[in-house]
Amino acid sequence: MDLQAVAFYVLAAMLVVSALAVVLIPNVFRAGLFLVLAFFAVAGLFTTLGADFLGAVQVLVYVGAIGVLLLLAIMLTRDVHHGSPGNRLWLPASVLGALLLGGVSWSLLNTTWADKAAEMPVPATAALGTSVFDLQNGFILPLEIGALALLAVVIGAIVLVGEKK
Amino acid sequence: MSIGLEQYLLLSAVLFTIGLVGALSKRNAIIVLMCIEIMLNAVNLTLVAFYRYGGLDITGMVFALFVMLVAAAEVALGLAIVFSLYRSRETVDLAEMDLMKW
Repeated sequence: MDLQAVAFYVLAAMLVVSALAVVLIPNVFRAGLFLVLAFFAVAGLFTTLGADFLGAVQVLVYVGAIGVLLLLAIMLTRDVHHGSPGNRLWLPASVLGALLLGGVSWSLLNTTWADKAAEMPVPATAALGTSVFDLQNGFILPLEIGALALLAVVIGAIVLVGEKK
Repeated sequence: MSIGLEQYLLLSAVLFTIGLVGALSKRNAIIVLMCIEIMLNAVNLTLVAFYRYGGLDITGMVFALFVMLVAAAEVALGLAIVFSLYRSRETVDLAEMDLMKW
């Protein structure tokens, strides 16, 4: 078993266990901490796939920003003692989830993929930057629209939670 | 046993299912937001796996980057909505948000 396989199975086990803990643990704050652990595991998996920049962004944005924001929201809403109860739909939701997982697994295991696993992953940060900011086939306009969307979200969040004078 | 595309795709299918079941069956609004984040992470994992093992080229990573951008916007706005709901209703229980329920 090579090193990538070891890393993959360790990170995958960590990821599945912490994602299950987010759903199953009754304590909301601990569920948030497990979510942060799941984000870390996904960052590690990105790195095993050769997406080093995305791994770094995952740690910065998900662990740093979104994780802290969610934990702050949990502490501010003082609803922790109610726990994380399920609703009446948990049985149909589980059946639907099992059906979805079965269908997706069946179809992806019965598809022949163009697998080019022989190549070693190379650091892709420079290639990603070149691809995004390329003047002919780049993604400059979507990037600008994304920046505008973030600005709109910041203003919207301030309007939603700002003190009413 | 070497790791290929199928292992990563299976892992993200499992992750997506966990997030979906959680998002459909939880009553705490913040837990539902967390489960949506798990689902978005599963999709990102799929995109990056396709970047690495063929199919999508570097575009897979660009898409994953934009998904992250939208996820950050979504969680900020979602938490703002949860905050303002909590301020007016004193709860984040989705079962009590039934003003527009038929």
